Amino acid sequence: MMTDSLLPVDTYLVESLPEIWFGAVLFALGMYVVLDGFDFGIGILYATRTDEHERETFLSAFGPVWDANEVWLVAFGTMLLAAFPRVYSRLLADNYLVAIGVVLALVFRGLGPELREQRNDERWKRYTDYAFVGGSVFAPLLFGMLAGRWLFGEATLPVVLTGVGLVAVSVVTGAAFLAAKTEPGLASELRTYGIGATLAYLSGVIVLLGTVVLTDAGGAADTVLSLPVAAVVALSVAVGLIGSVLARRGQYRAWLASALALPTLLTILVAILLYPTIYPPTGLLVREVVVSPLALNLVTVLGFPVLLLVLWYFKFLYGVFSGPIEGEGYGG
Amino acid sequence: MGPIIPLNAVSPVWAASLSPKLASRMQFGWTISVHIIFASLSIGLAPFIIYFTWKDVRTSEQRYARLRSFWVKVFAAGFVMGTVTGIPMSFQFGTNFPQFAEVAGELIGGPLAFEAKMAFFLEAVFLGVLLYGRDRVEDRTYLISSVLVGFGAWLSGFWILIVNAWMQTPRGYEMVTRNGMEVAKLTDPFAAFLTPRMPWMYVHMMNASVISVALLVAGVSAYIVWKKPDTEAWNTALKMAVVLLIVSAPFQAVHGDAYGRHVEETQPQKFAAMEAHYETGQADLHLLAFPKSPEALTDPRAENLVTVSLPAVGSFLASGGDFDAEIIGLNEYDENPPVALVFWSFRFMVGLGFLFIGLALWGGYLMYRGRLSDNTRYLKAMIAASPLGYAALLTGWYVTEIGRQPWVIQDELRTSEAVSSTLTGTEATLTLVGFVVVYVGLVLTALYTLKWLIREELQLLGVRESSEGRWHGPLPGVSDDD
Ligand code: HDD
Ligand code: HEM
Ligand code: HEM
Repeated sequence: MMTDSLLPVDTYLVESLPEIWFGAVLFALGMYVVLDGFDFGIGILYATRTDEHERETFLSAFGPVWDANEVWLVAFGTMLLAAFPRVYSRLLADNYLVAIGVVLALVFRGLGPELREQRNDERWKRYTDYAFVGGSVFAPLLFGMLAGRWLFGEATLPVVLTGVGLVAVSVVTGAAFLAAKTEPGLASELRTYGIGATLAYLSGVIVLLGTVVLTDAGGAADTVLSLPVAAVVALSVAVGLIGSVLARRGQYRAWLASALALPTLLTILVAILLYPTIYPPTGLLVREVVVSPLALNLVTVLGFPVLLLVLWYFKFLYGVFSGPIEGEGYGG
Repeated sequence: MGPIIPLNAVSPVWAASLSPKLASRMQFGWTISVHIIFASLSIGLAPFIIYFTWKDVRTSEQRYARLRSFWVKVFAAGFVMGTVTGIPMSFQFGTNFPQFAEVAGELIGGPLAFEAKMAFFLEAVFLGVLLYGRDRVEDRTYLISSVLVGFGAWLSGFWILIVNAWMQTPRGYEMVTRNGMEVAKLTDPFAAFLTPRMPWMYVHMMNASVISVALLVAGVSAYIVWKKPDTEAWNTALKMAVVLLIVSAPFQAVHGDAYGRHVEETQPQKFAAMEAHYETGQADLHLLAFPKSPEALTDPRAENLVTVSLPAVGSFLASGGDFDAEIIGLNEYDENPPVALVFWSFRFMVGLGFLFIGLALWGGYLMYRGRLSDNTRYLKAMIAASPLGYAALLTGWYVTEIGRQPWVIQDELRTSEAVSSTLTGTEATLTLVGFVVVYVGLVLTALYTLKWLIREELQLLGVRESSEGRWHGPLPGVSDDD
């Protein structure tokens, strides 16, 4: 066989390759939560605007980047499938309605702004706006709930709180992203929402973890009481509070940087709660469900260089569209 | 031997009691049918967009700027629809066919992940630049962005078809037990990715996308030219589309003929269903088949059909030269695909394929005589034909996918074993209804969007709309569109 000489067939390229892939899958998840998170935030905050000019400003911040951001969801799903097919299958099949709900919400979120541009008609605009805002609320809510089911199984309250937490953190990043890119008047209104959402998010996380400890949802109580979790929570609180101060002072770019740290820390929290299992309610371990060495080596060798290239694309994209929002409306 | 089985699959009677399996299959078939329309729109439009952008940047001629701006808008709307319908596709392997995803995970996970990383990111990022970045980047970067977007579309077709081709002619794996389940373990990536089906499928599918979009571009151009004959831009577009059709339509038929032989070798049961060939032995070739009675629609046996057939030529074609070659008949199998669906879908596709060749030749003749844009009959025919490429493309896929039944992975995993065991009929029916409602809305808005874009274009060209919403044009005295 030709591949023998190119790739090891029976051993992983490096001993810890399964763990590296666990990290890679969570990295894609983190990219999705951070990047599409602020898109959701834009969509939710859009509901607070009545002025057509402001709405168009929001849409032109959203337009060039959302689609590329959304691809991280596909990257996350397909990487999960490529490395841990059983987890991908069970996670989606066991949570059927929630999973289908996520994709339908994403359909509405994606189509709303695209269709809005096609017609100059008040009623049409109103309906497409409903699609945009509704999709932007339900996509993170349901996606967070899916993550909650992944971590905690059937326990209703923690699952719902995970969903609400993702919505709140999306509002924080959305507000910070917009504030950094618009004029001061609008920005100062946005920061009020951003600070409120920060406080809601932080208290949500604390209530969530408290509930998990009290009810031992998904058997996660012990993990939650560990040092790494305490560290991540403490860091989140610190980052959230510092961000709010920065926002008050009108230092929006610095606020944005700190705001983006919140969903990053959230993803790290998810990783801690998962490992060394990879689907806690089923007790499946990373090592048990990982694909065979040849398959994993192959996706590593072909996939990782491309992942670096993708990160460069994003640097390029955000470079082109950096600075204040120009023009109006989705059509640019 | 098995009767002609699941024709029930299309019977509305089943709707009252959808099983998880049937609902999942209908849902997958429906959602992929909608997705593929937009995906192939991107694939087929890519060459047009690149060409228009190149001409626009190079020559600064007004007509190319106009065509670029129109078709980039169509591309953008189609792309968004492709994206939002693509994400449900990748979820459904897990939600509805988890056993399939688990059995085939090692084989299909890689290509799907490469598709996301190599193709989708490329398309999505550079489409952002193509749509919003005209004034923010240099001409060269702008042109390169258009090439990268097109390349991304063709690359995504490549990776997804690796997955589908593997399901038709699986190679490069062995079955092993993992966590108490028989799963496919990758043993040879080259064999698994480059299965015998892959080159056939890629060429046929990419060319089908080009044909479908050429027909769409020709139809839109014909309509605008009909309303305003002296438009330079749209006459150019019409000519381009017809030229593309002259090349691609005959090629598809020649290629499809050879493709059929390959299917006979690798999936004899499917081939037998395509030809409704029941008894093993010599096969005739039905050039044309008409139902004798309504029964033939559901049971296309030779005795129910009026056929124009070439005796033994079926054997000759399938074997590449032997009139007596034995063709395996459907009676050899315990379980068969719904023969009628496969048989009639195949005929529909091939029939349309010949129609497209006819339209291409007619257009070529008119072009040669320099009368392409003033032959109203031709313009009307092209307007009517504009959705037919998609009809052929979809029915071709029905042949491929339904013809593979009862297998989801040929000779390895049955569709019935692939469906989720935790899924209830109610859940599956609920989401099926949801997808039908949402996607019907989506397809309708896509059509309206195209209509609005055309109307806008006509307004730009100075063709005025009357109060009844019908077009009256071309108006005398309106100057050239440039
Ligand atoms: C514009 C669309 C279009 C047109 C005009 C044709 N086809 Fe086609 N055909 C497709 C679009 C298509 C497709 C994109 O739908 C399929 C499904 C899978 C594939 O690779 O291409 C296909 C599959 C397909 C298959 C394989 C089925 C399988 O894999 O099981 C055969 C044998 C043919 N075609 C044969 C033909 C012939 C003889 C044609 C004569 C004119 C023809 N096709 C025209
Ligand atoms: C190239 C990527 C594709 C993949 C990986 C794929 C995969 C699948 C899978 C997993 C199923 C479900 C199991 C089954 O019922 O057999 C299926 C069924 C089906 N697919 Fe595909 N498919 C692809 C392309 C398409 C396209 C482009 C179409 C149509 C335009 C299509 C039409 C269908 C239909 C109609 C069914 C239902 C068949 C039946 O249940 O009788 N597929 N396909
Ligand atoms: C069942 C199989 C399929 C799955 C799981 C699937 C998955 C996806 C996903 C997730 C996207 C969205 C990417 C984004 O966010 O930008 C997408 C888009 C796309 N898909 Fe599919 N797809 C399937 C079938 C196909 C087929 C058969 C083709 C063509 C041969 C195709 C070609 C494309 C293209 C070109 C796009 C880019 C979006 C567009 O241009 O409209 N897909 N697909």
